[in-house]
Amino acid sequence: MKVEQISIFLENKPGALAEVTRILGEAGVNIRALSLADTKDFGILRLIVNDNEKAKEALGPKGFTVRKTEVVAVEVPDRPGGLAEILKILAEARINVEYLYAFVQQSGENAIIIFRFDETDRAIALLSEKNVRILEGQKVYTL
Amino acid sequence: MIWDEDFETLPREALEDLQLKRLRATTERVYATVPFYKNKFDEAGIRPQDIKSLIDLKHLPFTTKIDLRDNYPFGLFAVPMEQVVRIHASSGTTGKQTVVGYTRRDINTWAELMARSLAAAGAQKNDMIHNAYGYGLFTGGLGVHYGAEKLGASVIPISGGNSKRQIIIMQDFGSTVLTCTPSYALFLAETSEEMGVDIKKMKLKVGIFGAEPWSERMRDEIEHKLNIDAIDIYGLSEVMGPGVSIECIEAKRGLHIFEDHFIPEIINPQTGEVLPHGEKGELVFTTITKEAFPLIRYRTRDISVLYRQPCKCSRTHVRMERVSGRSDDMLIIRGVNVFPSQIESVLMNVAGVEPHYLLVVDRQGTLDTLEVQVEVNQKGFSDEVKDFQMLGRRIEKDIKDLLGVTAVVRMVEPKTIQRSEGKAQRVIDKRKI
Repeated sequence: MKVEQISIFLENKPGALAEVTRILGEAGVNIRALSLADTKDFGILRLIVNDNEKAKEALGPKGFTVRKTEVVAVEVPDRPGGLAEILKILAEARINVEYLYAFVQQSGENAIIIFRFDETDRAIALLSEKNVRILEGQKVYTL
Repeated sequence: MIWDEDFETLPREALEDLQLKRLRATTERVYATVPFYKNKFDEAGIRPQDIKSLIDLKHLPFTTKIDLRDNYPFGLFAVPMEQVVRIHASSGTTGKQTVVGYTRRDINTWAELMARSLAAAGAQKNDMIHNAYGYGLFTGGLGVHYGAEKLGASVIPISGGNSKRQIIIMQDFGSTVLTCTPSYALFLAETSEEMGVDIKKMKLKVGIFGAEPWSERMRDEIEHKLNIDAIDIYGLSEVMGPGVSIECIEAKRGLHIFEDHFIPEIINPQTGEVLPHGEKGELVFTTITKEAFPLIRYRTRDISVLYRQPCKCSRTHVRMERVSGRSDDMLIIRGVNVFPSQIESVLMNVAGVEPHYLLVVDRQGTLDTLEVQVEVNQKGFSDEVKDFQMLGRRIEKDIKDLLGVTAVVRMVEPKTIQRSEGKAQRVIDKRKI
């Protein structure tokens, strides 16, 4: 039920992002979703790609620090209040969302949001119990 | 192993008699042959015959790097040029180079002392010495080279640079002893890792590292990453070159200064006052056997401590603590003395960052600022911003606790801090004072 995300450490300087995307492009890795957390000095680029291993193999030798993290892809009804309902469930169970970002494509009628939780397994169990759909990794990579 | 049993284990009393005899000969000779020393002695109101005991050394005037530059290039040579067989020069960071010369006997003495050093580090005749110190005007390459030949070892004069080739040769030739700067040793370890070569499995057993300040933690890291003993060697071209002092492999604690050739003192760098053994201060050397380029009370700017406690290797020569910084690249940040090596020891204690760093000192308004750039490594990379901020704050706190200075830590990408293949540049001071 978990999705693997890769994170890359980037210095906050012109060209850093261009370099990563160029390397991934040349390696034939397709980016499915992404978010960039930025601070004054550095950024963390988080990516869902179609082939994590290939991405790591392409970036590692170029000196990038790459890390895999487990995140959860949740289907969110595409209507006003859709996200709020899911966040309410989590808040009541005191599960913390470290960060989230939206997926580009939809899954049928629903939007897809990538969540990073402090307690991943508990969040998955809770959401499943409340009939919130969670997407399998394999499906997300190839959507 | 002790290369020269007679001199290296000479009882203190005999050693000091020898030092006095040689010191008097040196002062007489420089007074007679080098106008600079004659003028300085006259100004200080002292004559060579006033040196009655080693205590009297403190009455002689200091010689500084500025004096060497003022007499560029050959003004301080004490022999005619036809007796000089070799010239070296040290890379001045500012202004002119400092030029030194050697007679044939000086070269031979240097080779002897370097052979003593190699032997003290555990090297023997049957060793393959991979000499990655730079060959050229810098004394490192040729200094080690002549010592290795004197010892009877096989020396690979590979010099610095072309690190991938270094790894291949080290592996193919079966190098057993590595000589280079400590930062270059770590760089070679990184290079081998990138090449997929396990440097730990090579025949290397010992490394002899010098020419830049390093720390105990860096020793641990080198020993671990290369699976060798890491030995500290000290020297400077003005005094001779590498081989002025060396750690023995038996103790690996403090560097034995070859006192039958050099007299060390520790002084207060501000006042010039001689400090008792055991106190930290600036190292000062007087050479007592050199012919072409004798030096009287040369201020090295290197910070160390001398101690006389007997050593288990049975050498009687005084030991100096590893150089912990330089009194001139010592940074004064908001009135606090900061040695770059102290920052390094903080970083070595923090998981998640590499011990490579760059200090950027600047001044905003009237306030000095210190930025410490550190490389994040795989272990320390979290994908959450708050973890980085905590790591940064932890380093800032450690620096504040240990050094008493406020620093701002900036995380940079791995391998972006310049690895120098000679002396690593660790400080950029942008202040215009």
